[in-house]
Amino acid sequence: MPGQRNGSPPIHIEDLTVAYREEPVLWDVDLDVPEGTLMAIVGPNGAGKSTLIKTILGLIQPAAGQVRIYDRSYTEQRSLVAYVPQRGSVDWDFPTNALDVVMMGRYGHLGWLKRPGPTERKLALDALTKVGMQEYAGRQISQLSGGQQQRVFLARALVQDAQIYLMDEPFQGVDATTEKAIITVLRELRAAGRTVVVVHHDLETVPEYFDHVLLLNVRAIATGPVAEIFTPANLRRTYGGHMDMLLARDGELTPGGGSNGRHS
Amino acid sequence: MDAILEFVQLIFTDYTLRTVTLGAMILGLVSGLLGSFAVLRKQSLLGDAMSHAALPGVVIAFILTGSKAPLVLMLGALAAGWLGALLVQLVTEQTRIKQDSALGIVLAVFFGFGLVLLTWVQRQGSANQSGLDTFLFGRAAALVMSDVWAMAGVGGAGLLLVLLFWKEFKLLSFDPDFAATLGFPVGLLNVALTTLIVVAVVIGLQTVGVVLMSAMIVAPAAAARQWTDRLDRMVLLAALFGALAGISGALISSLSRGLPTGPTVVLCVSTLVGFSLLFAPNRGLVGAWLRQRHNRRQLRRAAVLETLYQLAISHGDAAEVASAHAHQLGALLAAMPGVDVRRTLDVLESEGLARPSTGDRWALTPAGADQARQSLARFTRHSPDELPIRPIALTSAGEVIK
Repeated sequence: MPGQRNGSPPIHIEDLTVAYREEPVLWDVDLDVPEGTLMAIVGPNGAGKSTLIKTILGLIQPAAGQVRIYDRSYTEQRSLVAYVPQRGSVDWDFPTNALDVVMMGRYGHLGWLKRPGPTERKLALDALTKVGMQEYAGRQISQLSGGQQQRVFLARALVQDAQIYLMDEPFQGVDATTEKAIITVLRELRAAGRTVVVVHHDLETVPEYFDHVLLLNVRAIATGPVAEIFTPANLRRTYGGHMDMLLARDGELTPGGGSNGRHS
Repeated sequence: MDAILEFVQLIFTDYTLRTVTLGAMILGLVSGLLGSFAVLRKQSLLGDAMSHAALPGVVIAFILTGSKAPLVLMLGALAAGWLGALLVQLVTEQTRIKQDSALGIVLAVFFGFGLVLLTWVQRQGSANQSGLDTFLFGRAAALVMSDVWAMAGVGGAGLLLVLLFWKEFKLLSFDPDFAATLGFPVGLLNVALTTLIVVAVVIGLQTVGVVLMSAMIVAPAAAARQWTDRLDRMVLLAALFGALAGISGALISSLSRGLPTGPTVVLCVSTLVGFSLLFAPNRGLVGAWLRQRHNRRQLRRAAVLETLYQLAISHGDAAEVASAHAHQLGALLAAMPGVDVRRTLDVLESEGLARPSTGDRWALTPAGADQARQSLARFTRHSPDELPIRPIALTSAGEVIK
């Protein structure tokens, strides 16, 4: 069933609580992601960033609350959503090549029993070209560098041709070329009116790369435009004492560029 | 030659040999094919646990029906193996016990229960029960054509499922979370794949037995993985390896009275694994070792060339005449601790890049000087004309001043 867009926000989250055993990982999170934004999810380790993404995707069932995609359930709207998992979540020694992995992004559109054909090949090659990987189409995936593997995952999401892109730490441990390639693609997506939500670790690049931010530490600490929300006070509330230390060492963290607090 | 022909003829005419060979071949084919997915999903041990778990199913099926018809016992094994897999999954998900421990527990409990049941049935003294214990280690010689048909039927169904859901099984094996976000029912597909592995186990029970069956699941796939980086080729190759091991195991065991078929098949497939681990072109150990040795030699060669060249230059020769100047071997040895200079010089001489001179002295030939310049340029990323020269100063006795 094809997904539908309407006046509602791409992602609307209400009173979302997720718990593994007794410990809440997300507590009473509310969030609206506006259409056509590039949003970072930022917070310390164990803040529930990946869990939030996975809950939006229906991979984790919430204990309470709900997720709406254009005011419908994810199940109804899944063709509008693309996902880039963490690179470490799969075994890269799997016997397949880059092109084949990218074509997997079309499996949802193909449905049961149908095999990918020339159309899917073409789409996959185009996506690989967009991330600067066309030369590596036939390369066994274990022979790719970490950054190249990350770009293959991004290309796989691109062939999903979605309206909403959810990405779990696409910048984690990648080289400068890859980082540049990824951010270029993300900006192109935003320019095309798509909505992109990225779990991000590097505070330094938040003001440069993103226009919206969610500060998360089990609870949603603050959310909105980077210029308003990405303030030292809010970061301190998100990171606690750890952030105080970073600020004391590096000086004031200023929103809108030139910031220098790097969370490791 | 006649003996071989006679033997080949025997395969087609002798009922027992033909049946056993066919059975072992089908078993290898199906377990290689279905085992590939188990190996790729890091579930090799699941096959082991499920084959052991199948034993009580076989005995219970016999107790309930009193029949030893292959399909009845296979269904019993299927049910028990499947229950075992389900239990492993439940324990892993619902408790803090990790999967490896869960596998161990289920394997031991089911197998122990199966042994108890088996002994109990045997003590009942019913003549009908004889032959149940062959499920422990398998007895291929007892196979009849109806067994082979049952194996082919069950295996064919598994094969059909893999062909139909190839794309889904591939995605599930590589990235199950992604498959779930696309809307594929990952839980159901998981059950389907697990069931297929149980099917492969069940097919082999009569021939190979519960104890050795996991080898037939894991080994062909592990061997096939060595030779290719494509999933379709790997699965095909695993099926071929399995079939080959089945046929050769059956034939080899027929050559002598004392050789049991099942274990011989397992030995054949293990030989294939050993050969693949050693000699596969890209992933093989021998290839890797040879490549490493080649690289080391090349580096050593370049290092000796370079040192000869720099010794010449530091003696005031212009780069062009480096070839005219011979050097004391002692100086070379001193400049390059840890390198087998003599052997490398011999190699260089045979290649016409260096030449021995009087009194254990060595010099570059013009070709050698040329190569030295090129390799220096490559390693230092400079053009050959503007090489950074690291002069090596020598004492009058030919020792290197550090």
